[in-house]
Amino acid sequence: MNSPAPAFASVPSPFGAPSGPTVRAVHDQFHGDLLEVSMGPQHPSTHGVFRMIASLDGEQIVKLKPVFGYLHRNHEKIAENTSYLASMPYTDRLDYLCSMSTNWAYALAVEKLLGQSVPDRAQYLRVILAEMTRIVNHSCLVGFLFNDLGTSFTPLLYAFREREKFIDLFESLSGSRMMCNYQRFGGCRVDPTPEWLAAARTLIENFPRFLDEYERLLTGNEIMLARTQGIGRLDPARAVNAGITGPVLRASGVDYDIRKVDAYGFYSRFDFRVPLGDHGDTYDRYMLRILEMRESVKILSQAFRDIPAGPIMDPKAKQRGHRPKAGEAYARIEGPKGELGFYLLSDGGPNPYRYRVRPPSLINLTLLEEMCLGHTIADSVVILGSIDIVLGEVDR
Amino acid sequence: MSTPASTPVYVPFPAAGELSDADREDLRRNGILLTSLEELYNWGRSNSIWPLQFGLACCAIEMIAAATARFDIARFGAEIFRPSPRQADLMIVSGTVTKKMAPLVVRLWNQMPEPKYCIAMGACAISGGPFKQGYNVLKGIDRFLPVDIYIPGCPPRPEALLNGLIKLQEQIKGEHLNGPRSARHLRDDAPSEYPIPEYGTHDLTPAQNPALWSAPAPPRYPPVDPTA
Amino acid sequence: MDTLEQLRDRLATRFPEAQVVFVTNPGASAEHSLLLDAAHARDIAFFLRDDPALRLDYCSNATGIDWPEKEITDVVKTSVPDPAGGPAKIVETKSVRVQPGYLEAVYHLFSVALKHGPVVIRLRTANRSDAVTLPSLTPVWRSCDFQEREIFDLFGIVFAGHPDLRRILMWDEFKDHPMRKDYVEPADYEWEPTAHDEVLDKAKAFRASVPSVAARKETAS
Repeated sequence: MNSPAPAFASVPSPFGAPSGPTVRAVHDQFHGDLLEVSMGPQHPSTHGVFRMIASLDGEQIVKLKPVFGYLHRNHEKIAENTSYLASMPYTDRLDYLCSMSTNWAYALAVEKLLGQSVPDRAQYLRVILAEMTRIVNHSCLVGFLFNDLGTSFTPLLYAFREREKFIDLFESLSGSRMMCNYQRFGGCRVDPTPEWLAAARTLIENFPRFLDEYERLLTGNEIMLARTQGIGRLDPARAVNAGITGPVLRASGVDYDIRKVDAYGFYSRFDFRVPLGDHGDTYDRYMLRILEMRESVKILSQAFRDIPAGPIMDPKAKQRGHRPKAGEAYARIEGPKGELGFYLLSDGGPNPYRYRVRPPSLINLTLLEEMCLGHTIADSVVILGSIDIVLGEVDR
Repeated sequence: MSTPASTPVYVPFPAAGELSDADREDLRRNGILLTSLEELYNWGRSNSIWPLQFGLACCAIEMIAAATARFDIARFGAEIFRPSPRQADLMIVSGTVTKKMAPLVVRLWNQMPEPKYCIAMGACAISGGPFKQGYNVLKGIDRFLPVDIYIPGCPPRPEALLNGLIKLQEQIKGEHLNGPRSARHLRDDAPSEYPIPEYGTHDLTPAQNPALWSAPAPPRYPPVDPTA
Repeated sequence: MDTLEQLRDRLATRFPEAQVVFVTNPGASAEHSLLLDAAHARDIAFFLRDDPALRLDYCSNATGIDWPEKEITDVVKTSVPDPAGGPAKIVETKSVRVQPGYLEAVYHLFSVALKHGPVVIRLRTANRSDAVTLPSLTPVWRSCDFQEREIFDLFGIVFAGHPDLRRILMWDEFKDHPMRKDYVEPADYEWEPTAHDEVLDKAKAFRASVPSVAARKETAS
């Protein structure tokens, strides 16, 4: 009597066998009929080509599996076949919103491998550019997060208006809007003019006004509070065990900021606070970014005040043809998305024997399923948005 | 014009009969607008292109920047990014197409209704770009899809995307609605859907669409022997 | 925190049957590491995580390294005294030995609670072909989840005890492990203006494998 129902899959599709986004019902002996939804890789709110397969009980998520690799462009393999310096432009394309800080992480790793020191002015410039990058990243992230909440572009327009001002400065300094390729092993590539520094200083002095405007527009919005408070809670102990870093970890209340812990660069010279969240929900992750931007403004104003004159490049540093002696080094920075690390292993040759990027975006997704369980499918998009991923770094 | 009787005569754009552009302009000033259906149709189509909201990599950020206030792609009528391929006219392949992603890009293209156009934005979408040496990187989306406009750059500036869009509008305005030189979507011999490659054990199968793409001939390769 | 030597000694007293080897890093960073044997790696990892003085509760980075087998030429210099009474003659004897290849997994551990680190631990497989199983450390540190999947995908180390060991970056049907040094990538190079002969050779081989436009037109007509 139980004749099998006609399978849909037996009808040949004119477009070939399905491998992309599909929606199909699955039967599970514990949950009854679940709906399995494949979101992505082409989906407006997965921030690129991220894909997740969610099993839904009604609207609630009971299972969620992320699928990676749609932007796996072999950064590590290419870097192992090329010289140390030639990998620097590729690091721009890892986290394409924050090329300045990604550059720094890589330069830090190679400097560690070479035992190379960096002059003071370059250290200040690195802090300035990394913090500016953090501001750009966080303000864009908030825009994207609100896109996921359904505001249809308006906060993003505000964020991109500000971003363009920063991007103009990056471009006038490095020659490229997004792919700055600015850091070098032992310093920086070009020295900013006093006019550039003055323009950057003015921009930063005016930035809190934008933040106030942004917050007046967004923070406290009733729909936003209802959609974010208590959504996607992250337990601090589990977050540490799962390697979550950056604002997502600190929103759960764990005081771990590599700028303070490692005090790499000249961060020990700056007076700033590390904001922490109380609840670890999506709202805390949003608020934390706003607070971090305010702290970045504080760091930047100190940096503009204190930046010394002098060389931007260690005069003894080799410009090209680096051949570090055999050994390995792991260097990490507090990137805007979390701990961005580079692990380099040299066998004494001109190319790294092993080149590895520790991507914060990928590892921050480890607990995505746990954060989404029990919430609706619409909330999963918001939770994903609040984690802040960039696919160039997730898949590399 | 002395053309053999066997070959048909194609009227170049604009198909406006005997009137010169100056004459038409003169009439327009007097309140008389003369046009052809083809011109009117193409004018409408070219100024309301709906791109697919579909970002692949770094270039997608510049695509978003082109849509925001400063560059404002809405000036050219292309601000309505549609998340569904069923509603889109234009696929902007913005970024590196990996081999894992390529079947899905082709599938999205197949799901778009005609008339549809494809812009390869950035070095990666054109040829693999800086990631050309990667084992998982498709060396140009034109191995699987017919590309109308190539925009070089890594990533191209938003202005470059706008320029590419204007070039596409020019192409659309020059399309014919009938005759052997009619637009691609009106011809029976031009396919609307392309075969979707499958994941193989080492590479995509096929690795390229042989009906669409073949290895370009390198200049002076193999080297020409001047004595021969 | 103790130095790594002290840690090695503590581990040796705590796990007497385990082999813990101190691996010196000769580079400028001087980040030395501990090589653990696969049988006790997970117990040691739990100890590292839970020991109150260490509390390495955060595994930041897990990565694989491929070490293919390589020929090493050993040069032994022996001085042979000259029977005529002159200065001793130095004779070089060369011997070639094959160092077996292996795969290596490297973990960088930090402590969020005590804010120290890194402690680098390494695991090695027996060879690169059939004995490539290592114990998974995902039960200890959840952050290894995706990273061990990535090592499995790109290097081919099988992690025993991993909850969900599948390919992560490449598609499931893919057969190779592309980050290995002897991986041969598919020949799909087209000509590009480059000075690198090997790229040009690849392009030439690829062009020969794909029919050109002219050839296709000939066959069609």
